[in-house]
Amino acid sequence: MIEIDKVTKTFGAGDVAFTALRDVSVTIRENEFFTLLGPSGCGKTTLLRLIAGFEPPTIGAIRLSGRDITRLPPNQRPVNTVFQNYALFPHMSVAGNIAFGLEMLGKPKDEIAKTVDEMLRLVRMEELKHRKTSEISGGQQQRVALARALAPHPEVLLLDEPLSALDLKLRKEMQIELKRLQSETGITFVFVTHDQEEALTMSDRIAVMSGGRILQIGNPREIYERPSERFVANFIGESNFLNGQLSAGSVTLEAGGTFTVQPPQGVADGKVSVLIRPEHVTVAGTGAEGAALTATVENVVYSGEATVAHLKLKTGEAIKARASNLPGASGLLETGAQVGVSVAPGAVTVLVD
Amino acid sequence: MAESRTQKPPKGYSVRTLPGFAIVAIFTLITLYAPIAILVTFSFNAGTSMAIWEGFSLRWYQQAVANEAVQDAAVRSLFLALVAASVATVAATMAALATTRTRHFPGKTMIYALINQPLMVPEIVTAVALLIVFAAIKVWTGHTSMIYLIVAHTAFCVPFAYLPIRARLETMDLSLETAAQDLYASRWLTFRRVTLPLMWPGIVAGLMLAFVISLDDVVITEFVKSAGQETLPTYMLGQLRRVVTPEVNAISTVILLAGAILVSLFFRLTSKRG
Repeated sequence: MIEIDKVTKTFGAGDVAFTALRDVSVTIRENEFFTLLGPSGCGKTTLLRLIAGFEPPTIGAIRLSGRDITRLPPNQRPVNTVFQNYALFPHMSVAGNIAFGLEMLGKPKDEIAKTVDEMLRLVRMEELKHRKTSEISGGQQQRVALARALAPHPEVLLLDEPLSALDLKLRKEMQIELKRLQSETGITFVFVTHDQEEALTMSDRIAVMSGGRILQIGNPREIYERPSERFVANFIGESNFLNGQLSAGSVTLEAGGTFTVQPPQGVADGKVSVLIRPEHVTVAGTGAEGAALTATVENVVYSGEATVAHLKLKTGEAIKARASNLPGASGLLETGAQVGVSVAPGAVTVLVD
Repeated sequence: MAESRTQKPPKGYSVRTLPGFAIVAIFTLITLYAPIAILVTFSFNAGTSMAIWEGFSLRWYQQAVANEAVQDAAVRSLFLALVAASVATVAATMAALATTRTRHFPGKTMIYALINQPLMVPEIVTAVALLIVFAAIKVWTGHTSMIYLIVAHTAFCVPFAYLPIRARLETMDLSLETAAQDLYASRWLTFRRVTLPLMWPGIVAGLMLAFVISLDDVVITEFVKSAGQETLPTYMLGQLRRVVTPEVNAISTVILLAGAILVSLFFRLTSKRG
């Protein structure tokens, strides 16, 4: 269990001071696949470097299994890192890289040899044991970097955007591979990424970060379906934002229609903005049953598995409706047509703004 | 002809079509290399003349090798170059680490300037300055060993060793050292197992360059040496003042060869691998 307790990190001083993390607190549980998600410059990599010990926090404490490790140098923390550029030692073989951490821990030779073979098997690289790291592909280097970091069996594995250098197909494979490794080793993974899809697919829990703060922590479903604020909703998935009036647990949209909602704490009755995901919006014929809103079709975009209709409500607000394409279905929507729009029950989320 | 009308981006000048290029090139090559070619050629002359070819012979090489003064000077030169280059390389390695593996600190640019000072101060000025200081020390202590030459050579060798080592360190990925520390290596083990092996080509290159620079130094050596401390270059200079025989050519050719080999190795080490 890692506890990040009110951590602030400032680089530089005076006029050039830059605060990368502002009063961040989070508890990462044992055996968890925890993701720090956010755009570049949001502080996610800084937080990772603080956990690894490469930088000390300016204020605050970091505890690992109850032990304060805030001032412990990186070589004394039972934490290993998979670097974004892998940082494999170019003057050592694949096996030499994997053995490095164990050698530094002073493990006996036969145990090191055994663990190296075990790691090579775990990442399916047995046949490349004696290769130089410059002679293997990017995906293979990635596996070596993973094996090297896992070999000393750390309490926590930190992964700094490890898949960003791989092409799409390889990235998908490695996502599954990482999940497998995590469940096989039972090690806590802290994973940094700016790719929301990657975060949703792989994580047990996600912390969404922006501007040096954690905006929301939750499991993928909570983050996607109940984002607390507009930034989170916008960063993850496609969003429709509409204005409405909250009163007694239901929202009446300015464009029409009243929906039961579960308003988050701290949001008072009155004017609010709400999120509706495009896949929860359905286009029907005018006046169709359950159609609470009416809109004009602005544009229809076909993208293979789905069709997205860009609509304009009577208030002038834009709304997107996304529908999976069924076999043989023909496009019925024409630009300029007046249509009814319905929203799935429970699909309206009130945002903290 | 339609194709020729399509605009192509202007290509750079071909060196061959630049006016006067050939003349300048030929003149440069002749002035640079013809004297050396002549020197090497006449080192194999059978006669004593430096101008008239009298047939091929290795007699001047044999004579140089048998000459005790040459032997003495050669041994001294090699010893001096080895000691000075080694000490300078150790100092340069530490300086390079201190100037690349630390955060920017005030006066860092000053330190670059200080380390590279021997490259900027005219050699004759350094030589005269050292002569004055060392002469005083020699009078004061009565001590006249090789130590003065070693100190002087070490000092002017430092920047030559420093530059390739620093270049090597600057291209080295810092995250490798971070990774080593992450994998439980102490600072010392990080240096010994990661930093040092990776900067090794730079160190060897620096050592060789410093060695060559020390080996052929004349000006500072001439001013600093005590009586009887001839190095090969100062011995040759002394010989030229008296009678000139192709023996000097033979010694020059050997030094040229040694220098060429070391400098080629230097370029191999500094250009190969990232």
